[in-house]
Amino acid sequence: MSERLTKSAARNIFYGGTAFFLLLFIALSIHTHLYIVNSSTDQATLTPSVAQGKRVWEHNACINCHSLLGEGAYFAPELGNVWVRYGGREHPEGARMGLKAWMRAQPTGVPGRRQMPQFNLSEQELDDLIDFLEWVSRIDTQGWPPNTAG
Amino acid sequence: MKYSTQKLAYPYFIAALALFAVQVLAGVLAGTAYTLPNLMAESLPFHIIRMIHTNALLVWLLLGYFGAAYFLIPEESERDIHSPKIAWLQLFIFVFAALAAVVSYLMGIHEGREFLEQPLWVKVLLVVAFLLFLYNVSMTVLKGRKTVVSTVLLLGMWGAALLFLFAFYNPDNLALDKMYWWYVVHLWVEGIWELIMASMLAFLLIKMTGVDREVIEKWLYVIVGLALFSGLLGTGHHYYWIGTPGYWQWIGSLFSILEVLPFFAMVLWCFHMVYRSGRNHPNKAAMLWSLGCPVMAFFGAGVWGLMHSFSFINFYSHGTQITAAHGHMAFYGAYVMLNLAFFTYALPQLRNVQPYNQILNMWSFWVMTASMAFMTFTLTFAGVLQTHLQRVMGLGFMEIQQQLDLFYWMRLLSGIVFVIGVILYIYAALGPVKNQVSPSLNLRAANK
Ligand code: HEM
Ligand code: HEM
Ligand SMILES: [Fe+2]
Repeated sequence: MSERLTKSAARNIFYGGTAFFLLLFIALSIHTHLYIVNSSTDQATLTPSVAQGKRVWEHNACINCHSLLGEGAYFAPELGNVWVRYGGREHPEGARMGLKAWMRAQPTGVPGRRQMPQFNLSEQELDDLIDFLEWVSRIDTQGWPPNTAG
Repeated sequence: MKYSTQKLAYPYFIAALALFAVQVLAGVLAGTAYTLPNLMAESLPFHIIRMIHTNALLVWLLLGYFGAAYFLIPEESERDIHSPKIAWLQLFIFVFAALAAVVSYLMGIHEGREFLEQPLWVKVLLVVAFLLFLYNVSMTVLKGRKTVVSTVLLLGMWGAALLFLFAFYNPDNLALDKMYWWYVVHLWVEGIWELIMASMLAFLLIKMTGVDREVIEKWLYVIVGLALFSGLLGTGHHYYWIGTPGYWQWIGSLFSILEVLPFFAMVLWCFHMVYRSGRNHPNKAAMLWSLGCPVMAFFGAGVWGLMHSFSFINFYSHGTQITAAHGHMAFYGAYVMLNLAFFTYALPQLRNVQPYNQILNMWSFWVMTASMAFMTFTLTFAGVLQTHLQRVMGLGFMEIQQQLDLFYWMRLLSGIVFVIGVILYIYAALGPVKNQVSPSLNLRAANK
């Protein structure tokens, strides 16, 4: 095989094949983009408050301790389904209060336990953040995570 | 060294190694936060340490590629670098941006997407530095001899810069955000960076084995072809559970299998060329790194990557310590070792001496490689346990973590040993020159 394949043939295969797979990838990307916007996420409830909540999430770099839909750091629990874990589907008001109380109570200072910093979020920021997490919990993730432990 | 502007590589390598030290020190701190969580919780919280750790990694790897390009492009193009002044300006901007990022993280100023935490103006500076680089080397290549090595390297660098532009796109819709985030993260390490890797290895092989360039370059095309054919659609292995369509489960699983091929091909390529040359290059340490690199990349990226890439496995392992195990060995094998190989090869020429401090350098190879392997095994065990307890049994995250304490201590221990390896390497590479290889031996073998 090494004798039959010439360098210029190898080059043509490289450029031709790359162009082919790149086009395929772009086509699938376009479809995926539309699928996200139209089917798997709820564009209609992506309110300014949800968008603002995403900014709060980013501003405090929550992703560098937690994972969100399985991506991020592995130091602290998955939060893509935290709304569900706190019972938000059945009792939205209770879940909201529970999450706020949790974030206000940090750090716990319990010896030997990982600590979450106190971010001093305002009432508004907390509400936006929770709206964001609630919105994320409704993304169609093909059934992931396997259970509410996340 | 045939061209005086190749010397530009030297300051790049020094800056890269300095940031390598920062990276692994932050790694040890992050490992400490896992084992002694109360120690720095207030003064230096985990999320800040982690962004310094990962960002320093990416920045020093890039500095290594830039330096390598300034070293190899003149030899490939048979002419000096277009503008040494631009190269210095680029270095200055890039290092300034990196340091500014670290300082701003310590002050709590950052953006909030993993690996892309740099404040906007730092991102802009990084792009400016990248553009200066691309202009400078493209001009050099255009005016000089065109080889496959320099073409593939340029493609890799241009591609990396273009893909980084997606770092500026941050939609409100989280699923869209994630989809395009992987354009930077996955398409870098499992696509375009493999072009950089293969071309740097090709250069090292041409120089050290003396095998005919035609043969090496033909296989270079084959390898980068395999990398892009598999890596583009291989992005699918990140599109399982983030709101993307179900067909990615098939595409991602299938193309992940193919993603192993370029790494396997690089192993065969390097060993075959060295075997075929039958020549003993006097820079034995550089040879060791150049052979170790594809092997560890094959295990870290290929084997560990494939292990959790099938959608029915990833469903359980996604975002656990298994991911961290893979991330460490893959980055180490493919890109850390690549740079260390290149530095080891180029530094004797940059310092105008024969290969030196080789025993110490080779010790650092074994210390780093062994401790990274150990760290990967520990994290893999931790990850398998975590996956079982959390994803199968449904126990709570924090509850399980306490049971993994022993593994985190072993990770910290291997991290400390790794840092010792880094210190050995930096001392061997930049410290006083001792035990040079006799010049006659070097001349006889390296005349190519
Ligand atoms: C000194 C030894 C090291 C220690 C103790 C260490 C420790 C850590 C820790 C604790 C994390 C955070 C994991 C989490 O999110 O929970 C991490 C992340 C990471 N480290 Fe290291 N590290 C070390 C060396 C390295 C090296 C040499 C590399 C590159 C080869 C590296 C690459 C990474 C990457 C890519 C991540 C992000 C992983 C991911 O998101 O999956 N680290 N490291
Ligand atoms: C040198 C090449 C590679 C590097 C540097 C690398 C690095 C990484 C890193 C850092 C992550 C974690 C990203 C995050 O923070 O979420 C990751 C995830 C992943 N990698 Fe790689 N990787 C490489 C090659 C591969 C290959 C060849 C495969 C497949 C055969 C693969 C499969 C995966 C998968 C499936 C994940 C997602 C894990 C999860 O679901 O949590 N990687 N990789
Ligand atoms: Fe990937």
